[in-house]
Amino acid sequence: MSEIRISHQDFDPGAEIAAISSVKANIGAIASFIGVVRGDDGLAAMTLDHYPGMCEREIAAHVTEAKKRWPILALRIVHRVGRLVPGERIVFVGVASSHRGAAFEAAEFLMDYLKTRAPFWKLEERKTGSVWVEAREADDESVKRWQ
Amino acid sequence: MKILYFAWLRQKIGRSEETLDVPAANVAGLIDHLRARGPGYEAAFRDMKSIRCAVNQEHVGLDAKLGPNDEVAFFPPVTGG
Repeated sequence: MSEIRISHQDFDPGAEIAAISSVKANIGAIASFIGVVRGDDGLAAMTLDHYPGMCEREIAAHVTEAKKRWPILALRIVHRVGRLVPGERIVFVGVASSHRGAAFEAAEFLMDYLKTRAPFWKLEERKTGSVWVEAREADDESVKRWQ
Repeated sequence: MKILYFAWLRQKIGRSEETLDVPAANVAGLIDHLRARGPGYEAAFRDMKSIRCAVNQEHVGLDAKLGPNDEVAFFPPVTGG
């Protein structure tokens, strides 16, 4: 069971985890990650732009890759788009497996690829104006460990 | 072909998509053609280090071949998650 959802709406992490754990399989571990809008440097809001269609395809391709590498029993990825204020949730990745090692690693793999390959862009709003966030080299470095 | 622009490329060019009949064999040729369409395009495609491209929703390089019915997208390096 895997579900990929791109949405303007907020998500309920508890409900997402409950959906993952409802799968009738030999689940022994669920790892989840939630990304939140950080309110540093006077950030007022952040607007997430995306390429509909390609986002889903790109994430699905990495889900397929993750399933080849780890024995994943259930998986859910939710990514929000639109205007978000500090403290709001941006992204959810939840992975269920029989053991924690696979669940942790697959969740981290999926987040690293999501950040460097899925076509989303962040526009930050501050008092001084709006600026598109630039890609971080550290994110490109993170993804290299999986290659 | 259908051409899509995202993030600051869309802002500089002033539109999110357009359909053009361009006799370009590859992505680099299409960019040369687009640059000649006006100052907004020229500004958008000034720094090629900051441009990424997808053809039919797959990441590609500038040498990727193009066909008349392709969907081509230009955007900056991604910053989701």
